[in-house]
Amino acid sequence: MVDAKTLTHLERLEAESIHILREVVAEAEKPVMLYSVGKDSAVMLHLARKAFYPSPPPFPLLHVDTTWKFQEMYKLRDRMAQESGMELLVYQNPEAAERGINPFDHGPLHTDMWKTEGLKQALNLYGFDAAFGGARRDEEKSRAKERIFSFRTASHGWDPKNQRPELWNLYNARKNKGESIRIFPISNWTELDIWQYIHLNDVPIVPLYFADERPTVERDGMLLMVDDDRFPLQPGEEPVMRSIRFRTLGCYPLTGAVESRAKTLPDVIQETLLTTTSERQGRAIDKDAGGAGMEKKKQEGYF
Amino acid sequence: MTDPIYKTDALIAQDIDQYLKVHEHKTMLRFITCGSVDDGKSTLIGRLLYDSKMIFEDQLAALEADSKKVGTQGQEIDFALLVDGLAAEREQGITIDVAYRFFATEKRKFIVADTPGHEQYTRNMVTGASTADLAVILIDARKGILTQTRRHSYLAHLIGIRNIVLAVNKMDLVGYDEAVFDKIVADYAAFARSIGITAFTPMPISGFKGDNITGPSANTPWYKGPALIEHLETVEVNSAADADKPFRMAVQWVNRPNLDFRGFSGQIATGSVKPGDAIRVLPSGKTSTITRIVTLDGDLDEAVAGQSVTLCFADEVDCSRGDVIAASGSPPQAADQFEATIVWMADEEMLPGRSYWLKIGTQMVTATIQQPKYQVNVNTMEHLAAKTLELNAIGVANLSTDKQIVFEPYAANRTLGGFILIDKLTNATVAAGMLHFSLRRAQNVHWQATDISRDFHAGLKNQKPAVLWFTGLSGAGKSTIANLVEKKLARMNRHTFLLDGDNVRHGLNKDLGFTDADRVENIRRVGEVAKLMTDAGLIVITAFISPFRAERDMVRSMMQPGEFIEVHIDTTLADAEARDVKGLYKKARSGQLKNFTGIDSPYEAPEDPEIRIDTAVMTAEEAADAIVARLIP
Repeated sequence: MVDAKTLTHLERLEAESIHILREVVAEAEKPVMLYSVGKDSAVMLHLARKAFYPSPPPFPLLHVDTTWKFQEMYKLRDRMAQESGMELLVYQNPEAAERGINPFDHGPLHTDMWKTEGLKQALNLYGFDAAFGGARRDEEKSRAKERIFSFRTASHGWDPKNQRPELWNLYNARKNKGESIRIFPISNWTELDIWQYIHLNDVPIVPLYFADERPTVERDGMLLMVDDDRFPLQPGEEPVMRSIRFRTLGCYPLTGAVESRAKTLPDVIQETLLTTTSERQGRAIDKDAGGAGMEKKKQEGYF
Repeated sequence: MTDPIYKTDALIAQDIDQYLKVHEHKTMLRFITCGSVDDGKSTLIGRLLYDSKMIFEDQLAALEADSKKVGTQGQEIDFALLVDGLAAEREQGITIDVAYRFFATEKRKFIVADTPGHEQYTRNMVTGASTADLAVILIDARKGILTQTRRHSYLAHLIGIRNIVLAVNKMDLVGYDEAVFDKIVADYAAFARSIGITAFTPMPISGFKGDNITGPSANTPWYKGPALIEHLETVEVNSAADADKPFRMAVQWVNRPNLDFRGFSGQIATGSVKPGDAIRVLPSGKTSTITRIVTLDGDLDEAVAGQSVTLCFADEVDCSRGDVIAASGSPPQAADQFEATIVWMADEEMLPGRSYWLKIGTQMVTATIQQPKYQVNVNTMEHLAAKTLELNAIGVANLSTDKQIVFEPYAANRTLGGFILIDKLTNATVAAGMLHFSLRRAQNVHWQATDISRDFHAGLKNQKPAVLWFTGLSGAGKSTIANLVEKKLARMNRHTFLLDGDNVRHGLNKDLGFTDADRVENIRRVGEVAKLMTDAGLIVITAFISPFRAERDMVRSMMQPGEFIEVHIDTTLADAEARDVKGLYKKARSGQLKNFTGIDSPYEAPEDPEIRIDTAVMTAEEAADAIVARLIP
């Protein structure tokens, strides 16, 4: 039933995302792409390279670093920046660094300081008025209602009750001085779309998404990977080698792994389709502040 | 609770590579669900997600817990909780904004816009409908067709959705009675015809129980039509129809990595394009030939509606953002006067005569809207007289743009016929609109060229024309200072004319009151008169409160560069009120005078006036000297 003139769902999603990326570049003064090195960021970066080819994407990549990412993530980040010909900006909140904020001792404060505050500081420092993010509407309930062009006040706040109506593919990028826009070009993609796209386009992703023998400990029902020697082992804890992989990637002490034998992309997709839990299930951040956790974080300026 | 009917495909476990091959060729359908409060929209969507296995165990566990705590279905699962996202809504038990949901079957990926049934949220439904291929109109079988059913059907039709599903929901609560279903379908058919809907697909369902959602229900043996999902999987999508129209692409961005490459990037709105095709760039009308369709994955032999591409031309033709590339044989028109349907989406009402940004495709121009010809009562479809449009109002009006725009009627082309209006001060999106046709007035009323030019007029008077535009609160001293300025200029043999607010309202503008809309029109007319006077070579002095920045900027844009001099007579409200020369503040404070600037109507001070007079430190005489010195150094 598909003829040459009917686009597949991935072709339609890709075309929509490219259209969004170009609108922002045409209308914003100083755009930037937030790059978290995860699979969604990988797809977003690939779409940007497509949107502006043969030019390199005309904006820098910004990595708001917590210093607690997996080593493999830092490696891919540097490689992709070089391959895409884009400038890579790495920002680490100096106050968080000075106070030694870490996920083991500081709980939710770790995310607040390194990510939420770090992001605001970086955007203010460079004066970016438009920031691309790789969030998807299927990830979480409050994201389902967020616009593709999400308006932020001068203090980076989000007001869910006062969002601009978004019609057809007409995006209103106008704003007053000091205000900014967060843009989510892959809003309408699902987790499965992302995997299928990575598969079809050979998009480079962090090897941690594939199963391998890795040192792990089990803590509070989560399987954590001991990625470096900063991981404080509790009395009686001994890292155990397990065949694991990750469905999402963040700070390694906050990201739960799943036991898996999926070593190839088709295997990973197969496992994703057969799984019975949602991908954010392994993330500690969503569990803060009850069911409305993410919505509250977004109003405070989290991406 | 029924088991999910969409069991995991056995192919996933057996042969994932084969499965991927099949699923990489799925198509996509976007649809909206609309219905009144309690018609069961959220429940239906929750059901679709659940049945197509888009709900995972951890989400289901949370849902079960939430259902017991705040659910409305007793001990059973309340699917509505899955989709009512924002915390405030969950507490109120209603959906209040557009939410997008995703699910997929073996044949298609679906994006659902969940749009609210609440009366005050017409704008959300129009927003959700604007990207939809299909609308599911939900009806509570116990209640039949309601006012809101009519409203939603009208809006879906207005926005151009051709595929309408009439989902008669809660059939379980009427005993799956065929007669109930038939009566509702007959009632709806009569109504649908009256608003121009020629075809729709009715089906009896229960979102709560799952009847006729994924397959035929044993409870409705009398129903022979498709289940909801079957229908959604097979109905034609919009982009397929767009591919057969003439080629059009709005240019988003010019790709210029080096001197050897110049490409034009955009998303194809309609039609298809191949290397060798003759094209025309609009509005300039210049022609060329396509040489390449460039992508990261290599050049393409053909590209079709919906694709985002970069095109190269054989010739060095001027082409930039906002231009439209079209098939050279059947190009769209350009015009600057239109009739359009407008859906107002802002709390502040529409102001006829005010300038708004109008974005259509990738073109951004300034537009002014005339007083509506009529407003549509969305419940009865009656045409009502209207002076303006308020939040959620829909009307038909003429509008004009400051530059020609390339367009097509909305019915023929959504991309070149649908537009948004943006407030120039707040930058809010205040309206959506659909162009019907151009009025062609600009083409028929030609500008009459006259032999005596404006330069000649000015030369004869030995002066440079200008507009000294005084603005400030009532009682600030505008008229007093303006009068002094004119006397000083007259003594210097300058030819001047003073337009005074009160005086103009006795003649030219005596039909206008003091509402926001009338204030806008007042200033527009004064601006036009002042413009004619500068063409005659005069130095025009105006003394109007002119409280809105947008209108002052509009007048500025009418004048030749440098000829508009904004003079802010800056006084505090307390000072103006203390003076109260005409006793107006007293009246306004006591409520006898409505819409009084500074009291119950806003004053927007200039941000960067050419001249600012602080009345606290300057006398009227000193102020007049300062202004004259600025004009004639």
